[in-house]
Amino acid sequence: MPFKRYVEIGRVALVNYGKDYGKLVVIVDVVDQNRALVDAPDMVRGQMNFKRLQLTDFKIDIPRVPKKKTLIEAMEKADVKNKWENSSWGKKLIVQKKRASLNDFDRFKIMLAKIKKAGVVRQELAKLKKENAS
Amino acid sequence: MAAKRKTPVKSRNPDLIRGVGKYSRSKMYHKRGLWAIKAKNGGVFPRHDPKPKAPAAAAEKPPKFYPAEDVKKPLLNKRKPKPTKLRASITPGTVLILLAGRFMGKRVVFLKQLPSGLLLVTGPFKINGVPLRRVNQSYVIATSTKVDISGVNVEKFDDKYFAKEVDKKKKKSEGEFFEAEKEDKKKLPEDKKEDQKSVDASLIKSIEGVPDLKAYLAARFSLKSGMKPHELVF
Repeated sequence: MPFKRYVEIGRVALVNYGKDYGKLVVIVDVVDQNRALVDAPDMVRGQMNFKRLQLTDFKIDIPRVPKKKTLIEAMEKADVKNKWENSSWGKKLIVQKKRASLNDFDRFKIMLAKIKKAGVVRQELAKLKKENAS
Repeated sequence: MAAKRKTPVKSRNPDLIRGVGKYSRSKMYHKRGLWAIKAKNGGVFPRHDPKPKAPAAAAEKPPKFYPAEDVKKPLLNKRKPKPTKLRASITPGTVLILLAGRFMGKRVVFLKQLPSGLLLVTGPFKINGVPLRRVNQSYVIATSTKVDISGVNVEKFDDKYFAKEVDKKKKKSEGEFFEAEKEDKKKLPEDKKEDQKSVDASLIKSIEGVPDLKAYLAARFSLKSGMKPHELVF
């Protein structure tokens, strides 16, 4: 009830600050009150302050400080990547990234699409209003 | 100076150590073939006399005036200016956003860089009213949108094409001065209009091949609320 996401071995976290900003990492060991040993398939295992991490809902099943190979297998088995990308948090991040990388031409095309969609919605609304009024 | 050789001569006398050659003077005399040159010339080394100089041009008159102090000659300057370095993001066919001037905000197609360093750019005219025009690289944002420019021939355009036409000065008498000037507007010569049409013809075809591109080029760019230029990707 009070806390749902705990720091534990195998907890998947999102890096919030620093060189690895935006990466999903797994807490692999706890160093002391403030720091954790953290690992991901594409980075060198290292320590990170908890303040740099945001815990997610996902947890994988690993022994303390697993070998890189074991870690990767466990992540594949739990299908962390797909579950993350289908979660609403993960989806939001993907949309943010896409918006930031938009070309000037892309922004123009989006503007046209928005106007079109608003036009269709307004038409439907007008139709419904008319039906209701009569 | 003696005629230059095609390749620098390699010494025929290899060094044993620095300063000491392998072969003696007499051996080198033989190696270089000086005996053959002598034999060819009848026992003597060939002599090249200096060419007789033409009699000195009629003796210059001594100058009438010598300045009191020595007059310094300015240093020789052989510098040739190069056209400005083109940003890597600007290639032929790139869509540029003009940032200043009459066509501020217009999106425009880049054709080529002229020898003066300015960029040759066209609307195309039918799409957004920008004619063939020169534009400075600093007043331009390069987007990553590219247009296919292969069908366009821009060889004939250079800075002289854009030079202002010099009118002969007309003398105005008092009476004429107060009348409204008859030829106020300078008409665009027909050949410039033809050039514009020929350049734009193939451009417009390739533009219409991409959906929404024509409307994109017709619209002006502006910063809206919430847009941060340093975070935008163009």
